Order: sequence, then C-alpha cells, then structure tokens
Amino acid sequence: MLANIFSQDLPRSKVLTVILVVILAGLLATPFIFPGARSLNVGAKIAVFIVLAASYDLMLGYTGIVSFAHTMCFGIGAYGIGIASTQMGPTWTAMAVGVVAALLLSTVLALGISLFSLRVRAIFFAMITLAVAAAFMTMASQLSDWTGGEDGLNFKVPELISPAFSLSDEKFLGASLDGKLIAYYLVVVVSGGLFLLMLRIVNSPFGRVLMAIRDNDFRSEALGYRNVIYRSLSSVLAAVFATLAGILYALWLRYNGPGTTLSFDIMIDVLLIVVIGGMGTLYGAVVGSALFNIAQGYLQDLLKLAHGNIDTIPVIGALFHPDRWLFWLGLLFVLSIYFFPFGIVGKLRAGALARKPTAT
Amino acid sequence: MSNAGKVLSDAPILETRGLTVRFGGHVAVNAVSCAFHRGTLTAIVGPNGAGKTTYFNLISGQIPASAGEVFLFGENISHLPAPLRTRRGIGRAFQLTNLFPFLTVHENVRIAVQARANVGIKLFSLWNSRKDLIGKADAILEEIALAHQRNVPAMNLPHGDQRKLEVGMMLALEPEVFMFDEPTAGMSVDEVPVILDLIKRIKASGGKCILLVEHKMDVVRELADRIVVLHNGTLVADGAPAEVIASPVVQEAYLGVAQKTKEAAR
Repeated sequence: MLANIFSQDLPRSKVLTVILVVILAGLLATPFIFPGARSLNVGAKIAVFIVLAASYDLMLGYTGIVSFAHTMCFGIGAYGIGIASTQMGPTWTAMAVGVVAALLLSTVLALGISLFSLRVRAIFFAMITLAVAAAFMTMASQLSDWTGGEDGLNFKVPELISPAFSLSDEKFLGASLDGKLIAYYLVVVVSGGLFLLMLRIVNSPFGRVLMAIRDNDFRSEALGYRNVIYRSLSSVLAAVFATLAGILYALWLRYNGPGTTLSFDIMIDVLLIVVIGGMGTLYGAVVGSALFNIAQGYLQDLLKLAHGNIDTIPVIGALFHPDRWLFWLGLLFVLSIYFFPFGIVGKLRAGALARKPTAT
Repeated sequence: MSNAGKVLSDAPILETRGLTVRFGGHVAVNAVSCAFHRGTLTAIVGPNGAGKTTYFNLISGQIPASAGEVFLFGENISHLPAPLRTRRGIGRAFQLTNLFPFLTVHENVRIAVQARANVGIKLFSLWNSRKDLIGKADAILEEIALAHQRNVPAMNLPHGDQRKLEVGMMLALEPEVFMFDEPTAGMSVDEVPVILDLIKRIKASGGKCILLVEHKMDVVRELADRIVVLHNGTLVADGAPAEVIASPVVQEAYLGVAQKTKEAAR
C-alpha cells in the first residue's frame, strides 16, 4: 500500500527516509511550531519548489534534456492566476479560467519548442528554450497593462484562502485559523500530490524509456522507440507541472512579477536544487528544495548571530558580516557538489547499498 | 507462430536493390542487390572496410541510403526511420556494444521486451507491475546465461557479458530478421559457444531470416547456408559456402588481400 503510493520507488536509505519524514513533518507542522509569516513563507516556498525542481528533474535527470524555459512555464502559471484575478475579480471561476489558460499556453509552447527542435539535437533545444524564455520575459515586462510590467501584479484570491477569511476567532495551538492557513495547507497538500504523481510517472514504463533515452538515445531508437515523441512528452509534462507550481505560488503570494517567477536567477536556483539534491532521483528535489530555501531564508540571520559575537576580529568578522550571506551560500554549493557529485540522495543511496551489498 | 507449418514461400523476407551510400566522394556501399529468405542464415564476409557494417546500417535504417531500396516482406521501407523498421521486424545486435549503461541488466532487456509489447507510452501504470514483461525478460536472461547478473548495472558487466546482453536485447524484440554484427568479437573462448548455440537455435526454429557479419571463418563454415562477399562496398561473390570460399574472385579479393596484408606486416 505505502509502497504503491510511492510507486515502489522508496527512498532506499535509512538516513534519506529520516530526512524526508522530517521535511514532511516540518512542512505540515510549521504553522503550529514556528508561527509567523516568515516561516510560513519559507514552508510554502519549499513545497512549491519541490514541484518545480522535481518537474525539472523529470527533464534533466530522467530524460537528459536541458531546458532554460522552465521558469517561463512557472511564470505562465503565476501570471495566469494574477491576470485572471485582476481582470475577472477574485472568484473561483476566474481562478479556473486562469489555470486552464495557463496550462494550455504552457502545453502549446512546450510542444511547439519540442517538435521544432528536439528532432535535431538536445543542445539545439537548450538554445531555443533560452531564446523563447528571454523573449517571453521581455514580453511580460512590456505588456504592462496586463502583467503590471516590472512592478508585477498585486491581486486578490478567493476569500476562502485570503488572509481576511477567518474560520474561528479562537487560536488553535498558537496559530490563527484564517484563510492564510488554509492557503498554506492547500499549497503543501497539492504539492505533495503532484510530487507523488511525478514519482509515478518516472516509475512507469514510460519513465524507464525516458531513462533509456537519456542513457543511449541511439539504442532506444534502434529498439523501436521514437525518441522525439518521448522527449516531447517529457518536456510537455515538465511544463505542465511547472505551470501548476506557478499557480500554487501565485495563490500563496497574491503577487507575481518577473523577478518572482520568470527570471533566470530562479532558473539557476532550480538547477542548483536539482543538482545538489541528486539528478534523476526525484527525492533529490525534496531534499534540495528544503536545504536551499532554508539556507536562503535563514542564512542571513545565522550570520547576524555569528557576526554579533565576533565582529571585533578583523578579517573573520568581516567574512561573517550578514551581507556576505551569498558568499556562504555559494561556498555551500561548491562544497556539496564537490563532495556529492551525484547529489545528496545519490550519495545516501550509494552509501546504503555499500553497507548491504547482497540486497537487491 | 501460426504460420510455422506453412510451406516456406519463395518470396524473400528482406531484399536490397541497388543499395548505395556515399560519404563525400567515397562510395562505402556500392549498388548491392541481394535477397534473404526465410529459414536461412547468410554470412556476410569481407576484409575490414568492405562496407559490411555500413550495409547493415542501411538495412536497419541507422544511415540513410544515397540510392537504392530496402524491401521487407515486399514492402519498400527505404523511407522509414530506424524505429519503424525495428517495429516491422528488423532486429539488430550491434558490433560496438550499445547498452543503457546506468540501467540494470534486467532493465536493459525489459526495455526491449516493452518495445516489442508496445507499452512505452503508459504513464501512470507501474513499471514493476507488468509481471508478464518481467517474466519474459527473465526468460531471456536465462537463455543468454546472464540470470546471475540480473541486477547489475550494464556498465559494470565484463565485456563478454555485455556482448551477450546485446544479443539478448535483440532476442527480446522477437524480430523476423536477425542481424548479428560480429557477435563473438572480443569474447573469451568459453563464452563463444553460448552465442553460437543461440544462433543455431534461432536458425533451427525455422521461419526466421538471419544475417551474420563474422570474421572467424570456422564460425562461418559451421553456421552459414550461404556466403555473401563484400569488397570495397561491392558484392563480389554470393553462393554456397564451399563454392564461395573456393572461388578465385574471393581468393583474390578477400583471402588474397588478407595474405598481402600479412606479408606487408612482416
């Protein structure tokens, strides 16, 4: 039963299982054990980025194709909600229209790019996605009547998930039972469901063909698989999941702008999450997203704390200045890629396998 | 096979007509016309660079032909890409081992079994739930004597086992035309019989058409019903083994060249 929910692709490492349980429990309990807007934000962002990074892994780790248009789909989802809400009002109908329109646009774009460029070579696909993503970003900032340009859009969401809504005036375990809480759980639960769905896809007959294509595309063709169809389908699926992640993110933030979902900075973040977590494992997206977002959210505080105690020491004090947090984040990544070339999940699984070599 | 009992028809399973490919000014395969029949094993021999593997590539569709046609069951398949030719019944084991290195031995075969069963686009069913396909893959592993390596990633196999797996993947496709490209190359002496027995069994089962590129003349003598000799991309001899090996053209073109190179080496 449990094995089937996880598509018989269990963590296969005790340490990894513990880490995953901690992340899941942490996400579910955040509103009660770490009350406050900031921790909720980090929690929701972790959940959304799990979906975003896992969908990127579907393409990069499982199919072996590099795309730079992944955040474009993320942005399409977020803009879909934002534009639908500002144009039609914050109703559930508007949300549905936004969701459908965003999914359609992503699918058409991903399919178009794939069929146009994937027959040739994977590297050509990467370049085309870069061009399309850059064009889309310019368009989003130029069509300011719709998108709010560089400033982005502040919009309302349906009452049930907006902060103004209140279930009860009483607090429950220190958390106020309001729309924000409902929105938080919506994001976490839907993200979890989408993750399990992706886990199912990579463990289906289709998923194994993707891995075969990644390993040796010449041979998969020789066996009778038409690579272009599989690669296109993989990139469309990734686009759909990224769009859904964007939708969740917009519902949570009630804001969207180019810097929030579209920018290449986020593209790099996603790439780092996938690589640090472990390409081609999907669980890597969970570990990577949690690590990355916690580091991004709290490293500065940690440094502030450290700096307060040692700011009298000349060089080292300056190194631990809170403004240097990006330096430490960068160092963290360089070290983790150096020590875990197959990502954290890859390392943990290899370790578990080495400890009991007879198990299969 | 329902038609196994039928009288073998005279129509060839596979035929090439004037098959030609040029790489720049170099003609690698030059107007080769040849027909291959049901229940036969044809050895294709010739010195290195004679165009044997290129001829295979033209048949299975890895390289587009510059001119000429390929017919399978009388249907012109020249315009079809490799995957569709495979689905119509052309199976190929490659000379340079061509596996999925990060997948296990079982998964490699399973991918081929699945290609045959045509279930690749199933997105939401579980890979592990198809007991029929898993069983089929295991049966093939038994046949190629690799069952003990079932869960080893293909890249960790010794060379001889990789060659066997290569052949196993072709078996999984259950093709009508089997194309072996030097199946025993680089194998240790005690491994060779596994492959040879396998080829004999396929041949004995009748109804299939086997093409074999092979350098070892003893293997060719043992297995082939017919020998086709390629030299500089041209078909220079075609006939029963004893006849072809004795013919002056072959002595000159093939064995003669081999002798000359040996002399040159000295």
